[in-house]
Amino acid sequence: MKLHEYQAKEFFARYGIPIPAGKVASTATEAQEVASSMKGSTVIKAQVHAGGRGKGGGIRIAATPEEAYEAAESLIGSHLVTPQTGPSGAPVSKVLVEQTVAINKELYIAIAIDGSVKAPVIIASASGGMDIEQVANETPDKITQVRIDPTTGYQPFMGRKVAYFLGLPTELIRPFSTLVGSLYNLFREQDASLVEINPLTITEGGELLALDAKFDLEDDALNRHPQNRELRDTEQEDPLEIQADEYGLNYIRLDGNVGCMVNGAGLAMATMDIVRAAGSEPANFLDVGGGADESKIAQAFKLICADPKVTQVLINIFGGILRCDVAARGIIQGYSDLNSDMPIIVRMRGTNVEEGRQILSESDVPLTFVNELREAIPLLQSK
Amino acid sequence: MILVNENTKLVVQGITGREGSFHAERCKVYGTNLVAGVTPGRGGVLWEDTVPVFDSMAEAVRETGANTSLIFVPAVGAADAILEAADAGIKVIACITEGLPVQESIKVVAHLEGSGIHLIGPNCPGLISPGANCKVGIMPGDIHSSGNVGVISRSGTLTYEAVAQLTEAGIGQSTCVGIGGDPVTGTSFTDALKLFNDDPDTHAVVMIGEIGGTREQEAADYIKSEFKKPVVAMIAGSTAPVGKRMGHAGAIITGAAATASAKIEALKAAGATIAPSAAEIGSTMSKVLA
Repeated sequence: MKLHEYQAKEFFARYGIPIPAGKVASTATEAQEVASSMKGSTVIKAQVHAGGRGKGGGIRIAATPEEAYEAAESLIGSHLVTPQTGPSGAPVSKVLVEQTVAINKELYIAIAIDGSVKAPVIIASASGGMDIEQVANETPDKITQVRIDPTTGYQPFMGRKVAYFLGLPTELIRPFSTLVGSLYNLFREQDASLVEINPLTITEGGELLALDAKFDLEDDALNRHPQNRELRDTEQEDPLEIQADEYGLNYIRLDGNVGCMVNGAGLAMATMDIVRAAGSEPANFLDVGGGADESKIAQAFKLICADPKVTQVLINIFGGILRCDVAARGIIQGYSDLNSDMPIIVRMRGTNVEEGRQILSESDVPLTFVNELREAIPLLQSK
Repeated sequence: MILVNENTKLVVQGITGREGSFHAERCKVYGTNLVAGVTPGRGGVLWEDTVPVFDSMAEAVRETGANTSLIFVPAVGAADAILEAADAGIKVIACITEGLPVQESIKVVAHLEGSGIHLIGPNCPGLISPGANCKVGIMPGDIHSSGNVGVISRSGTLTYEAVAQLTEAGIGQSTCVGIGGDPVTGTSFTDALKLFNDDPDTHAVVMIGEIGGTREQEAADYIKSEFKKPVVAMIAGSTAPVGKRMGHAGAIITGAAATASAKIEALKAAGATIAPSAAEIGSTMSKVLA
């Protein structure tokens, strides 16, 4: 689950990670009030779940409270398009108003799980403020990674190691190591999947300050932190994805026209790859899960068809725990509920496949049944 | 074959639950030597009138000599179940449960490091050695056949797809291992490859990876430097967009190395033969073995 910058910074404040003075605002008037309470210029930052906000015009400097009002007025209620959003952008309903800071240096620091070392790692670079992916690709020697042993947890030497790599001045070594420790506590105690500060600045006054904040919580751990569920902003999510989530379906909306319904995440991805290789484009990723029953299959089918871009549905079921006859009944139910004439290709194999095929062939659903995935390829429509 | 064979004595943790009971039955029917079940508080009963249920893993191991466990307990108790199995002396632990918080998994995996215990999963379909009629997992048994190709995979149904194609092409399997779809798992591709390297019954390996992480690249390094047998690899998720979790907790593109193309390049460079799609895993292996 993604959090907004202002929510992440509320956590930072709680964990003693230094942040600029600031406050979130939902209206232009509120933004002006916040700016009035601060000395000098402010920065008005659109709160959306996407990076690249600066490039999209979502970060504005305001010299006066009146300018803060104007910036907030134009941002709130708009859709911000950044390199990380689609062409329709992400809705802005809040802005974060912060005191501007005179900056001496910008660093990058993050903590994330690294599956290859089976532990959290501290990732840091002296090239802060930039796209870290770009730094990693072009100058990988400018990034360091330090593993945090999960049994002992964070030790200050790890932070010092990073500080030496970054070439920090002597007087900042200890505060930096403390900051990284706080960041790890936040990561561990809240079950984060990522916490990132880009940039972590050294101000002209020589202090560390987290200018930006990215904080993603692990979905599987939300049961341990029920209060964090309230931080979810569904406005930032696709309405069909929210609906899928309520049904317990794994669904991701994409840009193509071939709706895909598959059981199992790996097989779902592999099926989408086949659609793309055939010259068509998948409209979605959808894993109905292992324990799906008839009504869940029907819901999944209707969900796929609710995307107006979909012109055709490809169903690929490998019967195991989910039997093919159950899937077949679910498809028929979904189809008759919708009353559409969507062309459907069904590929089934595994448990009770003959029964499934029989049920489908006796129904009035105009579908094409194939035994092998490759037989579906010539039947796929392009956009 | 690796990890599970005719000497496997299986205990199912969570045998009295709906999932546990259903799959314990399937394993038994397949021919697995199911010796015990464990559900704390339900000790003393007989499951299906045949298999003794114990309150603890220690008791189950002491009374039955169980050496392998299969875990179906819910996510909230899964880490505890794995550690209890390890404490009782179990050497192969397959954890089917999905939804373990990653920070739980990393502690468990760190604890098992260097113990000689093989943890498969979590969030995996388990493992099967058809030649020994030994199934320790949730995969449909009837698609498998006995033979000399090892299978390692991060996914469930995609593995079944691969296995069914192999069987149809007349290529049997030594052992199929589903290592799981989480960002952190016990046994990695490389760990499983090492076991297959030393297994005289395995003549070639199918490896099925997907987007997310860099474990396929580590496997590629190992294949290049030490693995002696032919490898057919297939990577799912070429069409996956950046930053979206594709079902599995581990299947998310967070950097250039996590993409399908980066993994395919690494495996190709290591000498593996790439199956161009999920529809061509069996046929690719047929060509490699010809």
